Amino acid sequence: MWRQGLAISILLACGVATFVMSMSTMLSLKRSMNQYYSDSHFGDVFVSMTRAPSELANRMKEIPGVARVETRIVQNIILDVPQMSEPASCRLVSINPEAGSSLNSVTLIRGRLPNPTGQVEVIASEQFADAHGFQPGDQLSAIMGGRKERLRIVGIGMSPEFIYVTQPGLLLTDNRRYGVLWMPRRQLEAAFNMEGAFNDAVMTLRSRASVKNVLFRADQLTERYGGVGAYDRSDQPSHHRLADEMHQTGSMAFVTPSIFLAVATFLFNLVFSRMVHQQQEQIATLRAFGYRQREIGMYYMKLVITLILLGSLIGFLLSLPMSWWMTNQYARFFRFPTVLYEFARTEAVLASLISFVAAFAGSFSSIRRASRLPPAVSMRPEAPNADRASIVKRLGLEMYLSPIGRMIVRRLETNKRSTAFSVLGMAMGLSVLVLGSFFQDTINYVTEVQFERTQRQDVMLTFYETASAQSQHDILHLPGVTRAEYFRTVPVRLRQGSKEHRLELMGLEEQAELFRVLDDAERQVPFPSIRALTISQKLAEILDVVTGDKVTVEVLDGKRQRLTVPIARVFPDYATPGAYMNRHELHLLMQEGERLSGAFIEVDPRRLDELYAQVKETPAIAGILDKNAAHKNFVKTVSENTFVMRMVNYAFASIIAFGVIYNCALITLAERSRDLATLRVMGFKRREISTVLLGELAIITLLSVPIGLPIGCGFAFVATLALDTETHRFPFVVSRATFAGATTILISSAIVSSLVVRRMLDKLDLIAVLKVKE
Amino acid sequence: MTARETKISTSIDSGVAFDRLFQARGLTKVYRMGEVDVHALRGVDIDLFPGEFIVILGPSGSGKSTLLNILGGLDVPTEGQVKYSDHDLTNADEEELTQYRREHVGFVFQFYNLIAGLTAIENVALVADIAPDPLDPEEALRLVGLADRQNHYPSQLSGGEQQRVAIARAIGKRPDVLLCDEPTGALDVKTGIVVLDAIARINQELGTLTAVITHNASIADLADRVVYLSDGCIVEIKQNTNKKTAADLVW
Repeated sequence: MWRQGLAISILLACGVATFVMSMSTMLSLKRSMNQYYSDSHFGDVFVSMTRAPSELANRMKEIPGVARVETRIVQNIILDVPQMSEPASCRLVSINPEAGSSLNSVTLIRGRLPNPTGQVEVIASEQFADAHGFQPGDQLSAIMGGRKERLRIVGIGMSPEFIYVTQPGLLLTDNRRYGVLWMPRRQLEAAFNMEGAFNDAVMTLRSRASVKNVLFRADQLTERYGGVGAYDRSDQPSHHRLADEMHQTGSMAFVTPSIFLAVATFLFNLVFSRMVHQQQEQIATLRAFGYRQREIGMYYMKLVITLILLGSLIGFLLSLPMSWWMTNQYARFFRFPTVLYEFARTEAVLASLISFVAAFAGSFSSIRRASRLPPAVSMRPEAPNADRASIVKRLGLEMYLSPIGRMIVRRLETNKRSTAFSVLGMAMGLSVLVLGSFFQDTINYVTEVQFERTQRQDVMLTFYETASAQSQHDILHLPGVTRAEYFRTVPVRLRQGSKEHRLELMGLEEQAELFRVLDDAERQVPFPSIRALTISQKLAEILDVVTGDKVTVEVLDGKRQRLTVPIARVFPDYATPGAYMNRHELHLLMQEGERLSGAFIEVDPRRLDELYAQVKETPAIAGILDKNAAHKNFVKTVSENTFVMRMVNYAFASIIAFGVIYNCALITLAERSRDLATLRVMGFKRREISTVLLGELAIITLLSVPIGLPIGCGFAFVATLALDTETHRFPFVVSRATFAGATTILISSAIVSSLVVRRMLDKLDLIAVLKVKE
Repeated sequence: MTARETKISTSIDSGVAFDRLFQARGLTKVYRMGEVDVHALRGVDIDLFPGEFIVILGPSGSGKSTLLNILGGLDVPTEGQVKYSDHDLTNADEEELTQYRREHVGFVFQFYNLIAGLTAIENVALVADIAPDPLDPEEALRLVGLADRQNHYPSQLSGGEQQRVAIARAIGKRPDVLLCDEPTGALDVKTGIVVLDAIARINQELGTLTAVITHNASIADLADRVVYLSDGCIVEIKQNTNKKTAADLVW
């Protein structure tokens, strides 16, 4: 009895623990993030432009609601990192080392601030430095403003602005090939001929300022200086990614544990009601003695309360160290300098309350049913329904069964309720295993579509500013290039009614081969020469449009055209919302000649190093991205981000599955012990009677598989819906390997439980069992 | 040596030593119940012979069931010796005891212990699986007068019928010994008589050594020999010269 009680409590504890742990982790991460943002004066509004005079800052300060304005110079450059054949690109951001606290301030981790005079000194971003093992004192060379410069790293730092560093035009983070360097403003001004000017501004707002109004005014002010549209923190790339990752982690931290908690509570009820059912006879005896229904009910209620309290307590105790550990894991992943831990008290109480309510609701009916039965009825054993032939009999299989075989089958069929409970319980165990492990399949699928079927280039190049048609010739003459396809990207704001979204509209060849957009059936979507957009499913949802609808395109660059364009197609995608059109149509729309933003190229792998060396010396190329490296990096990032959560989920799922099966085995043993003892007395050997028990468990386990897997898929589907965020969408994919893995764990749990129960069976006191009236 | 002990040893010595089936000497069984040692048997000597019908009488706690369990290979004595034919049951391990029960012993308990999910005939057929020379299950049921109820489940049978199915199951493997622990304990007089009649008939028709435990003294009239137990000791073994049939029993 205590074994069963403990097993039930542990089931519940797993549900409570995952739930509370996840909630505490998310709470702590949010707190840590907010603290970091506020400590480092992270901006509220951001705006970039080509070049604006310094006086513009004063006018920005006058925008109602703006508290502080800070102007900067930001440039992308190509770096030559020693011991790295391929070129790295980086974002150079100006700082004023002599000024006090600044917006988006850089936290120095090691080294010192750069001197504004003498040799150019820089602070390298932590991720970039870590990826290369840079230390203060190391040197880099870079092409800056058409000249080769030597940069000396004097410090390693971090900033809330670059928790995620994403190369422009790319969705991916690659800390080895793209990083951030902070450099004294005066030297940046000199290198890029920006004296008395700036090209980037950060603003903080007063409380209750109208963000929309500030954005509008900032756009107005920067328009004539080549402003590409102001955006608030929610669109700031790093924060956007971070918020998205946190949201995703949060969803994972909410959905899966919620399902776990629900399943655990459900199983608690299932197991508990079976336990009550099993004690029907004792209840009948008590009733026969004159105990009232209420008194019996109270006894069981007390038992429920004790088990839930025990389960919750174990759950809380488990969740404390785990959430602390998990928060630290994620804080390290997100690079928050300090971790503020917080235990999700409210959620903990909530989890307990949910279990209480659900357990009461669930067990109430079984207690009522048991205590209401007239004593005489519950003292009689359940009779098989003699009028209806069993399924096995109807199938004509019964004659092939030995009496022991019939015993197994008949009992499973007679005690339909118990059998159904056991099968359902195990099915639930199996389903949480699927839920706990399917995520890797989804990631694999997305990765494959994204990196193998959509992106087929080897390298992607981005140009400093747009390049002319002439540069196509230059690209084809770069070493090793066997094929090139050019693209044009334009910053735009798409509007439909009150919905809007800011993104880079990409113009591609009609039948682009190296970068393909695929439809549902994974067929290539062409971009015919018509003025129409092909947008991703996610973007269609954001703008609330379908194929055939029209959207307003506001170009945030050049002549700032504003026109209405129809949606030609919507395609499924799993990354950032995207919009595409025919490149030549985009040039027409921009009222420009053939201006190119970059190229997708296919390279002879043997000549890759040569290409890299050449690119390092080519000032017109601002960025280079090796797809294979990005692919590896993506897998690593996503795996790292989800690893902890996945492992914890999987571990809990395994415990839950084991708990259920173990309970089933215990109950089966309890219900069967009399029959088994009888067989032993008759001279059946241990091995022979264990076939009865193990056979029954085996059948239950096998029956649960076809039920549990679909339920697991259902849970997984719900989880993919919850994980749907703006930067990542997760298709519902569950592989055979996941099914096989989950089933293997289920079967292993069943085997281990069976062995435990078999050992108990060996210790069964034959005489004592048989001397008691049934 | 007291007069009574002399009498017991005489009865043993007068038995035909070479064909006795059981030989028990100095059987002692001590159960440890927490701090207390409970002496269930205190040096019991007894011989049982093929084909005889023994009734073991005694009040609750006198050691009847313990004796029967030891004879049936469900338990082993703490001290003393027990032999079945040429098997030494005293030092037999679990495996050997199981083998012994499998080959030689049929049990009937107060609570019939039928498998609820199997019909009468299937309950009987269970033993056919493990016995080398089993009785046809239908024949076994016929012997207990239940040939026409063979396809009924236990819950569809009365207590007496269930007990008779239990008897049919016990004899299904043609055991050499049939051990019955309070077989009529849960039955009314009329039903009890039917059950006892079945047991007596088995004893006669199959020649199975039958030992019945009871605290109902009138059942002793069915026996060839009656063993009286009290406080773990055999107080008397009596030959029954006036053997009655079950139908003639009065209690």
